[in-house]
Amino acid sequence: MLQSPVIPSPFAAVLNFITILPAVLLPHELASLARIIAAAAFSLLLGLPLGLLTGMNNKADRLITPIVYILYPIPKVAFLPVLMILFGLGNASKIILISIIVIFQIIVTTRDGVHELGKEYFLSAESLDMSRAQLYRHIIIPAIMPKIITALRLTVGTSIAVLFFSENFAARYGIGYFIMNSWVVVNYVEMFSGILALSIMGLLLFKIIDKLESRFCAWMEV
Amino acid sequence: MIEVNNLQVSYGNVRALEGISLKVERNATCAIIGPSGCGKTTLLYTLAGLIRPEEGTIYIGGEELSGIRRSTGIILQDYGLFPWKNVWNNVALGLQVRGETKEKISETVSNILAVLGIGHLSCKYPAELSGGEKQRVAIGRTLAMKPDLLLMDEPSSALDAITKEHIQNLILKLYKSAPLTMVIVTHSIEEAVFLGQKIIVMGKAKIKHVLDNPYFGDEELRSRMEYCKICLEVRKWMDRGE
Repeated sequence: MLQSPVIPSPFAAVLNFITILPAVLLPHELASLARIIAAAAFSLLLGLPLGLLTGMNNKADRLITPIVYILYPIPKVAFLPVLMILFGLGNASKIILISIIVIFQIIVTTRDGVHELGKEYFLSAESLDMSRAQLYRHIIIPAIMPKIITALRLTVGTSIAVLFFSENFAARYGIGYFIMNSWVVVNYVEMFSGILALSIMGLLLFKIIDKLESRFCAWMEV
Repeated sequence: MIEVNNLQVSYGNVRALEGISLKVERNATCAIIGPSGCGKTTLLYTLAGLIRPEEGTIYIGGEELSGIRRSTGIILQDYGLFPWKNVWNNVALGLQVRGETKEKISETVSNILAVLGIGHLSCKYPAELSGGEKQRVAIGRTLAMKPDLLLMDEPSSALDAITKEHIQNLILKLYKSAPLTMVIVTHSIEEAVFLGQKIIVMGKAKIKHVLDNPYFGDEELRSRMEYCKICLEVRKWMDRGE
């Protein structure tokens, strides 16, 4: 089976990867990376406030969390055609698709992180007469940051899988498009070069998250 | 400085404080001692404005207490430090919250860390500190805000015997160098006698007895017979039935 042309030699795939990286693969890689980073930023921007709201406010928790629980398990990739109609065939529909999948993990993790915060932190903050904004800035957000970083790490795999799927529709750039296009034109060496590029993108994303962790959660490493 | 009249606090159906009345003069120290669950921490939190009483009044510095008071500093039992802030930022936090200038914060924090002998720890996180060092940081954070009333909840309960004495000596030294009103909640008779000018012995939700401690302020008190006598006196009142 290993003699099959469907599985080229690793040497040929790596050599091809190096050869086509600057001119061919890089534009696809950068397009995919930009979509994933935009989706992560969008999910954080929307998911973090919602998670904080449900974590800090019992009424909001009772109202919003059941909706989150209902929407969380729905296979949202099925909505790609709807998103394409609503937001066009470009980047927006792809970014929104990834966002509506990973946002739930951010909301639930943030909410649970706030619930798990010790009462003594709130008491200590109260004794310092902190305002609501100061409480979020000095206590809640730094305290739940390790959980948010873990949530981001867990969403990398899902994000790449959804990105790969979404780039197969109405895309001309993106590593998912490149891999599937190589497959369709029966160029397996290029297909494996694309898969290698996808793995390297994953590595890069994990490294970015590691850097964010060192920057914002240095206290966890002592 | 502190005048408490007929204070009553409950948690649901459980009465935590009942008919508490006491007075503490300005720049005096008062140790509140009693068994676990007698309501001494509740009394301290009520004095801090963290708990609202059901009945009764509290006057601090002549004004009725209606919430958190800016000039009251409180040191919580578990130090109340934030693990994600290093020593410098933990001490500076109260000043940042009050909107002090960077220069003022820098000057105050440097001075306090030097006085407490923890300047070399300024970049360390609480997880890297010993219990005694954490307590010094907690004291530093409170003193940085220049309180006129300092409330302490079991300041040395989590420390070993030697460190406990070091912290008690430090508290006395700080008090003598810049007197302020102090209320210390403790379950240690030795600590109450060493740090309390007035010693309040509590039973279940009530004050059993108030003792005056004429030997307060003597740094060598622990090695004197009078210390043992007053410790025995406090023990007698603690052992006495309701």
